[in-house]
Amino acid sequence: MNQPYSHGHFSGSPLIEIRGVRKSFGEHQVLNGFDLNLHEKENLVIVGKSGSGKSVLLKCIVRLEKIDGGSLWVLGKSIADLSQVELDLLRSDVGFLFQGSALYDSMTVRENLQFPLRRHVERSRGENEESLIRATLESVGLAHTVDMLPEELSGGMKRRIALARTLILRPKIILYDEPTSGLDPITAKEIIELILKVQQQYNTASLIITHDMDCARVISNRMIILIDGINYCEGTYQDLMAVDDERVRAFFK
Amino acid sequence: MVKPLRDLANFFEEAGKIARFAGRFLQAVWKPPYELRELFHQCYVIGYQSLFLIALTGFIMGLVLDLQTRPTMIEFGAESYLPAMIGISVVREIGPVITALMCAGKIGSSIGAELGSMRVTEQIDAMEVSGTNPFKYLVVTRILATMLMLPVLAMLSNAVGLFGSFLVENLKGGVTPVLYYNKVMNNLAFGDLIPSFTKCFFFGFAIGLVGCYKGYYAKKGTVGVGAAANVAVVLASMLVFVLDLIAVLIADIFYEL
Repeated sequence: MNQPYSHGHFSGSPLIEIRGVRKSFGEHQVLNGFDLNLHEKENLVIVGKSGSGKSVLLKCIVRLEKIDGGSLWVLGKSIADLSQVELDLLRSDVGFLFQGSALYDSMTVRENLQFPLRRHVERSRGENEESLIRATLESVGLAHTVDMLPEELSGGMKRRIALARTLILRPKIILYDEPTSGLDPITAKEIIELILKVQQQYNTASLIITHDMDCARVISNRMIILIDGINYCEGTYQDLMAVDDERVRAFFK
Repeated sequence: MVKPLRDLANFFEEAGKIARFAGRFLQAVWKPPYELRELFHQCYVIGYQSLFLIALTGFIMGLVLDLQTRPTMIEFGAESYLPAMIGISVVREIGPVITALMCAGKIGSSIGAELGSMRVTEQIDAMEVSGTNPFKYLVVTRILATMLMLPVLAMLSNAVGLFGSFLVENLKGGVTPVLYYNKVMNNLAFGDLIPSFTKCFFFGFAIGLVGCYKGYYAKKGTVGVGAAANVAVVLASMLVFVLDLIAVLIADIFYEL
């Protein structure tokens, strides 16, 4: 039941445009003609059950997984047609916050932030590396952890540092894979507030996948419910709450 | 399919995948960017941090070899040949193989577990989306470092092993350092060192390759990490023996010539 949706104040050419994307693993069809538009400064939340293909979709957007069919455009470029060099350049505009934070555990927090920066020197915009790291850590409220190792950090702190590592390249889009999963309600709330804060501070567009409906309610400008590999239903949180469909209502119970 | 046939098919499939992985390494190793900082770091981890272990096992190996062989040599009245015999066995064969086996256990498992853990915690994916080629950064540097460090470690093991043997000779037979040195060196040729040194490069390549392959493609979960480390050790140890056999056969042809 694909409901028509008005983009409201999010207009212009989309930063991410996905049309009829298909992806399967063996016999298992994960995405089966999925469509999506993500606009500038928009917070788009995708909800779906575990194993519904949400994480796969994010991985397809940065070509960690290759799509089987359909088209996928990021910042006006067809992701499937990019050379490795072009892809690496594009990836510096698309931040990715992994579910388990994915901090490099043999490196300190400083080295974790230096790692992407040294590979995209042009992204330092002439600023001193150390001051850039300090400023980014301050924006996530963890400047004091600069010399710590990931093993010394709590789950919430790891998530913040991972966000800082993403932000250091000043991406135009940030992809969040279950940003609040595995966190206690208070820390989850802090992470949600942080996502909103950095979105305003850095003017990023966010694509967030989650099954935390509280997170979806607070963050989303728009939501997509992913069922059977398609965007089964989309609209604002309030729109979707009012939908009279058992499969959609199940998410709000 | 019948189980033995299926196992055989799986074996060849796995061998093919490792060969492709080796081919990818050979392609990537020449192309920039060269991750020199990480290469030096890995040389430090693989080489320097293995020094004590390799020196200790080398020392015990030389000492025990001398102690075990001595009674038989005395029985045949060939005690004076002991330094030469031990020198040749240690330098040509025992030193490199024992070093490679120790490294397969220590380095192969550590690489397998480290990369496996990075795979299951999505650190390799994170590296890729940050615009870094994880194959070059993680795999090429580790294989190269193992190739470079193994011959150095084997040479250290040889030297310490000979020292262990000298101690036995000195304490039990009153052999002086100069006499022991002369007896060993008079019977060792430069031609003994070349094959020994060369095969260490290949041992290093095999250990690094298998460790990286198993870790890089580790399956999800902690079981996958454990399996990657375990299989890396077993496979690398087996490859050391196979490569040693090939190296000995080739060296034998040159000795005959």
